[in-house]
Amino acid sequence: MSELSTKEAKKALRLRNKQISKLYDGGVPSLRGTIIKIILLALVDAASLFVASLLFLKEQWLGVALLLVVTLVINWLYLRRGGLPPKYLTPGVLFLLVFQVYIVFYSGFIAFTNYGSLHNGSMASAVDAIEQSAVVPVEGAPTYDIKLVKGADGKIEFLATDFDSLKTYIGGTDYKDHPFREVTAADGVSVDGDKLATGLKGYTRLTDSEIAAAAGSISNIKIPLGPDIHKDGFLKTPDGLTGEVNKFDAVYDPKAETFTRLSDGVVFKADQSKGFFIAPNGEQLEIGWQVMVGWDNFARIFGDKELRGPLLGILAWTFMFAIGTVLSTFVVGLALALLLNDERIRGKKVYRAIMILPYAFPAFLSAYVWKGMFNTESGFINTGILHLDQQHLIPWLTEVGPARWAVLLVNLWLGFPYMFLISTGALQSIPAELSESATLDGATAWQEFRLIKLPLLLVSLAPLLISSFAYNFNNFTLIYLLTGGGPGGDPTLRLDAGGTDILITFVYKIAFSGSVGADYGLASAFSILIFLIVGSISFFTFRRTRALEDMA
Amino acid sequence: MTELTSVLHTKKRRSFGAWFKQVGWKHVVAWAVAVYAIFPIVYIVSTSLTNMGGIENGTLFGQIDFSNYANLVSDPEHPYLLWAWNTIFIASVTAVLSVMMSALAAYAFSRLRFKGRRMGLLSLILIQMFPSMLGLVAIFGILSALSDYLPGIGLGTQWGLILVYLGGSLGGGTYLMYGFFNTVPKEIDEAAKIDGATHTQVFFTIILRLVTPILAVMALLSFIGTASDYLLASIVFSKSEQFTLAVGLGTLIDDPHSKNWAMFSAGAVLAATPIVILFMTLQRYIVSGLVGGAVKG
Repeated sequence: MSELSTKEAKKALRLRNKQISKLYDGGVPSLRGTIIKIILLALVDAASLFVASLLFLKEQWLGVALLLVVTLVINWLYLRRGGLPPKYLTPGVLFLLVFQVYIVFYSGFIAFTNYGSLHNGSMASAVDAIEQSAVVPVEGAPTYDIKLVKGADGKIEFLATDFDSLKTYIGGTDYKDHPFREVTAADGVSVDGDKLATGLKGYTRLTDSEIAAAAGSISNIKIPLGPDIHKDGFLKTPDGLTGEVNKFDAVYDPKAETFTRLSDGVVFKADQSKGFFIAPNGEQLEIGWQVMVGWDNFARIFGDKELRGPLLGILAWTFMFAIGTVLSTFVVGLALALLLNDERIRGKKVYRAIMILPYAFPAFLSAYVWKGMFNTESGFINTGILHLDQQHLIPWLTEVGPARWAVLLVNLWLGFPYMFLISTGALQSIPAELSESATLDGATAWQEFRLIKLPLLLVSLAPLLISSFAYNFNNFTLIYLLTGGGPGGDPTLRLDAGGTDILITFVYKIAFSGSVGADYGLASAFSILIFLIVGSISFFTFRRTRALEDMA
Repeated sequence: MTELTSVLHTKKRRSFGAWFKQVGWKHVVAWAVAVYAIFPIVYIVSTSLTNMGGIENGTLFGQIDFSNYANLVSDPEHPYLLWAWNTIFIASVTAVLSVMMSALAAYAFSRLRFKGRRMGLLSLILIQMFPSMLGLVAIFGILSALSDYLPGIGLGTQWGLILVYLGGSLGGGTYLMYGFFNTVPKEIDEAAKIDGATHTQVFFTIILRLVTPILAVMALLSFIGTASDYLLASIVFSKSEQFTLAVGLGTLIDDPHSKNWAMFSAGAVLAATPIVILFMTLQRYIVSGLVGGAVKG
C-alpha cells in the first residue's frame, strides 16, 4: 500500500513539475529580445570560428571538431522553441566544466603521474632535449671567427672564417636550404685587416641590439656541417663571436629505445615505469618524460621517511592553526556580540563601525601590514608599543614559537569581526521570551547563556563555523604573505618545511619552488588528500549539526 | 554649600559606580577591542606619511609628508597606477560576469523543473568545496597549454586569469543566488505570465529587479575576493606591468630592509580606502547577506 502511495506521490509530483515548466513556456517574444539574442549568438559564433581557425592553423583537429560541435549545439539550444533549462544553464555549465570540473579531474590525473620539471612532456620531446643538451666539442677540429648575418629570407646564418686556413664559409641551421659551404671573394666576401670575413653580398649583419635581443637563443643555434648532423657535427657559438665544431654525445636508437653516450659507451635504456633513461649501473639521464606512476605519489606521502618527519609536524600545526583560529575568533566575536547586545550602551554604531574595519580592510594588505609591524629590529610592535631595548627584542617572525602566536594573533584580528557580525545576527533572532522566562525561573546570567543561548546559537552558526574551519585550513594568503611559511623552510631545499607552513603552503613549495625541481605529481596528490580531509570533516560535522538541529 | 557639593559628589560617585558595574565596564572592553581593531590601520596611515622610506616608525604621526603618495604614482619602476588598473579591470569583469552567469543558472534551478535538477544542485555544493587553489598545478597546466594555441587567454594574460576566477566562483555564487531567488514569491511570475510575458521578460524585468541589492552585494564581495587574491595571480603573471595590486605591492617590500616600506603604506592606504568606504556604505546589505544564510526565520 505504501508503495502505491509513493508511486502516486511521484506521479503527482511529476505532473506538478510539468505544470510549473509549462508556466514559463509560451508568451510572445518581443522583437527587441529576438534581435539581442541573434546578435549575441552571432558574436559567440564569430568568436568560436576565430578560435577554431587558430586551432586549425596549429593542426589541432580534435580541438577544432570539439569547438565546432559545441558551437552547433549552442546555436541549436538557443534557436529552438522551448527547452528552457539549458538556455539558462549553458553559460555557467560550460565554464564550470572547463575551469572547475576539468581542473578537479586533471588534478586527480596528475596525482598519478610523475609530472614535474624533470618530467615535463612526452618521451619524444625528452629524447630531443637530451640530444640537444648532450653536446661535446670535436677534438682537433678548426675554430672559426663568427659573424651573425641574415639572408634574404630573414633567417640567421653564420659567416664563419677558419682561423688557421682563413677560408670563409656560410651556412644556416637548415642544411637542405642553407648548406654549409665555402665562399670566396668571387661571391662577394669582404674581409678586414686580419683577413676575417666581415660581410657577404646579399646578407646583412645583425645589429648589436638584435644580438642583444636574441642573446639567450644564439648559443643554442646549431649549424650542421654536412647533410647528417649526427655524423658530420655542427658549428656552435657560445658568445656570438667565435665558433667551434661540436657533435652530439648521446645517440638515440628509436628501435631499442636506448641512448648511447659516445664518450664512454654507456647505454641508457628507457624505463617506462619511471620515465627516465637508466644505465645498468643505475645512472639516469637528467631529462625524463611524463608517465603514469600509479599510487607512487600517495605511497611517498605515507611512506617516505624524508617526507614523514616534516609532514606530521605540518599536519599538526595546520589543525592547530585552523581550530585555534575558529575558536579564538568565535569566542571573541561572540563575547563582543553579547557585550554590545545591550540597549543601555551608547555609541554602539561607532563601536560597530570600528570593529568591522579589519573585515573591510583587504586581507592581503592586512597580512603585509602586520608583517611590517612584527619586524624584529624596527617593527612597530617591538619599538613603538613594547618599547623593548635592542637586547630583548622579541623575534616575532624569525622563531617558531613567537611566529605561531603572531600568525594566530593576526588571524584573530582578521576574523573576529565576521564572528561578531554573525553572532549579533543570531543573538537577535533568539526570542526574548526565552531569556525572560529563564530569568524568572531564577537562572543566573551564565546559566541562561550556557543552557539557552549557546545551544541555539550553535545550531544556526555551526555551518558557518565549519566553513570558517575549511577556509582557514587552506588559508594560503595569510601564511604565505605574513611569514612565507617560515621561519626556516628554505624553498631552495627540497621538502624543507618552515615553522608556520600549513599543508597548502607546503604544497605550493613542492609545486613551484624556485631552484629545486618542481614536482607537480606529488603536489597534486597532496591537493587531493587535502580535499578529502576538509571535505570529509565538513561532511561529518554538517551531518552531526543536522542531528543537533533535529533534536533542538 | 560644601555640604551640597559633597552630596552631589557622593551621589554622582555612587551612580557612576552602579553605572560602571552595569554598563561602564562594557565600554572599557569595547574600547580595548576597538583599539586592537584600529591600530594597524592607524599605523599604516601614519607610516604612509613619514619620509624615511624604511620600516622604522616608532611614533605615530611624528611626520606629515605626502611625498610617498607623489612618488607612488610617478615612479616608473613600480607602476602603481597600472597595477591598480589591472586589479580594477580583472576584478570588475570577474564580478559582473560571475554574477550574470550565476543569476542565469540560479533562475533555472529556482523556477524551472527538469531532470537532474537535484543532482545539479548537489554537485554545485560538492564542486565548490574544491577550492581552486588546490588545483593550482592543473590551472597552471591548462593555462600553459592554452598559451600554445590561444595566446590571448593563456599564461600571463588577464583574460586567462579571469576565466580561472569565473570557474572558481560560479559554483558557490549560483548556490547562494538560488537561495535568494527562492525568497521571491512565485505568484509574481505567474501574474506576469498571465499578462503574456515571456520567460526572459520575467527574468530580466521582474526577478532581477527585485534582487538588485543582492546582486550588487554579491558583485562587491566577488570584487573584493578577486582583488585580494595573491596565489593565482602570482602564478599567472610574471612581468611587473601585468601585476595586480596584491602581487605588485608585495614586490615593494620583498626585502625586509626595504626602503619602500613607506611607499608601500601609501599604496595600501590608497588601495584600501575605496573598498573600506564601499563596505561601510553597503554594510547593512552585506551583513544581512552573511547572516541570511545562517539564521532561519
